Amino acid sequence: MSSHANKTVSHDEEIKNLKKVTKEKLTQRSFKSNVVDYVMARLFTLFGSIAIIILALILFFLVREAIPAIREIGLAEFLFGQRWYPSSSDPGFGALPFILSSLMVTTGALFIAIPWGVFTAIFIAEIAPRRVRETLKPVIETLAIFPSVVLGFIALVIIAPITAQVFNLSNGLNAFTASVILSVMALPTIISIAEDALKSVPRAHREAAYALGASRWETIRNVTLPAAMSGIFAGMMLGFGRAVGETMTVLMAAGNAIDMPVTEFFGVWLPEFLQSVRSLTANIAIEGSDVPWGSLHYSALFVTAIILFVITFIVNLTADFLMARQRRKMGHE
Amino acid sequence: MNKTATERFWFSVCALFAALTVAALLFLLYWIVIQGASVLSWSFLTARPEQNMTSGGIWPAIVGTFYVASLTILISVPIGIGAAIYLNEYAKQGPLVRMIRMSIRNLAGVPSIVYGLFGLAIFASFIGLGTGLLTAAITLSIMVLPWVITATEEALRSVPQSFREGGLALGATKWQTIRQLVLPSAIPGMATGSILGLARAAGETAPIILTGAAYFLPVAPSSLTDQFMALPYHLYILATQHDQTEVVRPIAFGTAFVLILLVILLNLTAIVIRNRYRTKNEQL
Amino acid sequence: MSIKAQEVQTKQPVNSNQTLNDKSRPIFDVQDLNLWYGHDQALKNITFQIPEHGVTAIIGPSGCGKSTFLKSLNRMVELVPTVKTTGKVMYHNTDIFSHEMNLVELRSAVGMVFQKPNPFPKSIFDNVAFGARMHGIKNKKKLRELVEKSLREAALWDEVKERLHESALGLSGGQQQRLCIARCLAVEPEVILMDEPTSALDPSSTLKLENLIHDLKKQYSLIIVTHNMQQAHRISDKTAFFLNGEVIEFDLTTQMFTRPADHRTDDYINGRFG
Repeated sequence: MSSHANKTVSHDEEIKNLKKVTKEKLTQRSFKSNVVDYVMARLFTLFGSIAIIILALILFFLVREAIPAIREIGLAEFLFGQRWYPSSSDPGFGALPFILSSLMVTTGALFIAIPWGVFTAIFIAEIAPRRVRETLKPVIETLAIFPSVVLGFIALVIIAPITAQVFNLSNGLNAFTASVILSVMALPTIISIAEDALKSVPRAHREAAYALGASRWETIRNVTLPAAMSGIFAGMMLGFGRAVGETMTVLMAAGNAIDMPVTEFFGVWLPEFLQSVRSLTANIAIEGSDVPWGSLHYSALFVTAIILFVITFIVNLTADFLMARQRRKMGHE
Repeated sequence: MNKTATERFWFSVCALFAALTVAALLFLLYWIVIQGASVLSWSFLTARPEQNMTSGGIWPAIVGTFYVASLTILISVPIGIGAAIYLNEYAKQGPLVRMIRMSIRNLAGVPSIVYGLFGLAIFASFIGLGTGLLTAAITLSIMVLPWVITATEEALRSVPQSFREGGLALGATKWQTIRQLVLPSAIPGMATGSILGLARAAGETAPIILTGAAYFLPVAPSSLTDQFMALPYHLYILATQHDQTEVVRPIAFGTAFVLILLVILLNLTAIVIRNRYRTKNEQL
Repeated sequence: MSIKAQEVQTKQPVNSNQTLNDKSRPIFDVQDLNLWYGHDQALKNITFQIPEHGVTAIIGPSGCGKSTFLKSLNRMVELVPTVKTTGKVMYHNTDIFSHEMNLVELRSAVGMVFQKPNPFPKSIFDNVAFGARMHGIKNKKKLRELVEKSLREAALWDEVKERLHESALGLSGGQQQRLCIARCLAVEPEVILMDEPTSALDPSSTLKLENLIHDLKKQYSLIIVTHNMQQAHRISDKTAFFLNGEVIEFDLTTQMFTRPADHRTDDYINGRFG
C-alpha cells in the first residue's frame, strides 16, 4: 500500500518533468519540423509545376508540329476539303471525310447508348432494390474498364458478320458496326453520370410529389428526371467525348475506307451508315506509325489531332458546365 | 388501374435496358472466355510466338505489357500524387487553381491517340528517344496523369477539413498534418485511382502504336529504348494485320482473354483495397 | 524563442497559488486589430487586453466576428486564403503576426477546441498522444503517463481507461469533446481557445464540460466563444461583447450582466435582438 502512495508522489513529479521535457523537445523539434515542412512544401510545388508544365506542353507541341501544314495548306482545306491524298503527287489534305465519319459513328453510337444508358440509370437509381443495384454496379465498372482493343476485336469477329448477314453485305465492317460497339464504350460513362445526377435530386422533392398522390413513375417522370436533366446531359456529352476520341474500336470495326460517308439526296447530304468509313482517330493510328517525321504529311496529322482535341475539349467543357449547373441547382455548391 | 399499368410498363422498360447492360457484358465475356480458354495453357503464357505467330505463345507480349505498365505507374503515380497534394493542400485556392483543375479534368477526356501523337512529337522526335519502351511509358504516363491527379484530389477532398484544423491547432506543421492525418485517410482512394490508372495503361493500344510497340519481337526488351510487344497491340495485329487472320484467330482470342483477365484482376485489387481500408477504418 | 524565456515567469504565479484578480497581467494584448475576408471587414479596431488565467467569454450575435477573433489568436483564421490583417496581438511581448513568431510554437502554446468535436480517426490513446508524438516524444512510458494525465485533467480518464485503444469515433459527442480537450492539454498549452464548445452537445454533457472548464481555469487561460448568454454568465470571469466586428464592451462578467455600460449590450443580453 505504502509503495502505492510513493508511486503517486513520484508520479506527480515525473509529470512535472515531463512538462519541461515537452517544452524543450518542442523547441528543438520545431526547428527540424519547420525545415522538413519547408522542404516538403517546395517539393510538392515542384511536382505540381511539373504536372502543369507537362499538360501545357501537350498543347504547345500539338500546335508547334501543326503549324507548317496550316501555313502551307490552310485550315479551310483541312476543314472543308474532301480529298485526302497526303503523299500523292497531286496532294489533297481535306479532312472532312474523317470529321464527318467521326461525328457520324459517334452520333450513331449515342443514338443507341442514350436511351440504353438513361433507362438503365433510372433503373439503378430509382427502381432497383438494393441487392440488384449492388450487383449492377460491378457490371458497369467492368464494362468501363474493358480495353477498347478487345471490344474492337469482338466487333470484328462477332458483330461484323452479323451486320453483313442482316443487311446482306459482303463485309460488315462499316459505320453501323462501329456505332454498335462504340455505344457499349459510351454506355458506362452515360450510366454513371446520369445515375449521379438522379441521386443528387433531394428526397424532399420526391416526397413532395408522393404527398400529392403521384405514383412512383409519375414522380420519376415529372420531378426527378427534369431535376436531373443537366447532369444527364452532361453524361451524354461525356459519352460523346469518350466515343469520338475512341481509336481502336473504330479502327477495327469501321473498315477504314477514305470516302465521304454520305449520299447526296436532292442537294442534301444523308449519312451512309452501311459504308466503310475512317474516323479522325483511326486515320492518325493508321498513318501515324510510318509517316516520315517532319514531313508535310506528318504535320497534317497534327492538324487533324488538333481538330480532335478541340472537339473533345468543347464537349468536356460543356459537360463540366452542365455538371456544375446540376450541383448548383441541387444546392450542393 | 390505368396508372399502375403505365407505371408497370415503364418500369419494365427500365429493367429491360438494365438487363441488356448485363447481357452485353455477359455476351462479351462469353465469347472471350469460351474461345480464349480453349487455347489457354501454361505454354501459351510462357512460350514465344512461332511460325509467323500462327503457333506458340504470347510470353513477350505479356512481359512487354508488364514492363510498360510498371514504368508508367512508376512515372505517373509520384508526379500525379505530388501534384494533387500540391493543388489540394498547398496551392492558394483561387481562379488560377480552379482553371488548372478544370484543364486537368478536361485533359482526362482528350483522346488517347492524341497523346500518342504528342509522345511521338516530343519524346521520340524532339528529345530524340526514338520509339521504344521509355517513350511509350512516358506517353502513357502523361495520358494517365490527369486520371491519377483527379482520383487523388478526390480522395484528399474527402478527408474532413476538421482533421487538418485539429492537427494545425495542435501545433503540427502543415506537412505533419498531411502526413499523419490527411494521407492515412486518403490512401485507399489514391491506391484505387492508381491501380485503375494501371489497368487503363495496360489495356491501352492507340498511343503505343505510335510510340514503340513492335509487330513481332522474339525476346523481351533489354533496354529502355528497345521496342516491345504488348498484349493489346498483339491482339490488334493478330486481328487485323496478320496475313492469315483466320488461322491466328484462336491465338487472338487467347490474347484477349489474358488481357481481360489482367485488367479485371487489377480492378478487383482496387475494389479489395477500397473495401479493406473501409472496414479497417470502421473497426479502428 | 522569446516565449520560452517568458514561460518560466508566467508559470510562477500559478505555482505560488496567487489568486487571480482583475489586475493580473494580460495574456493577449490586442492592439487595433483589423481583419478582412477579401473586401469584407470582419474585425474593426479591436483593442483590449485578455487577462491571464480565468475564463474570458466572447459573446455577440452570429456574424459579429467573435469566431473570427478567436481564430485569429492562434492564426487559424489564415486557413482562409483571402484573409488580411492589420494591427497587433501581443503574446508575451511578441506580436503573433510578426516574423519572429513561430506558428508551430504559437499553436502549441495556444490550443484550440472546436465547435464540433473533431477526434482523429485513431484510437483514444493515439488521439491524445498525437501532439506529443509530433513533437518527438517516442518513449512509450512517458507517452502513457502523458495520456493518462491529460485524460484525467479532462475528466475523461475513468470513462475510457478500459478502452484506450478503441477508436475515438466510438465515443459519445460529449466524450469526444472532452477527448479533444485532453488532446489539446497534452501539448501543454498556456491558453485554450474554445469555439462554442458545447453547441453540439446535450444538456448533461454541456454541464460536465462547464464543470471541466471551471477546473481548467486555475491552470490555463481560457477564451470561450459562446452564443449562450447563461453559459457566459455561469462560467466566465470577464466578458467581451462583439457587434459587427467591434468590441462594444469588455468588463467583468458580473458587471456586464448586471449593469451593462452600453445600451446595445443591454439589448443583446436581454434578448432584444440576436
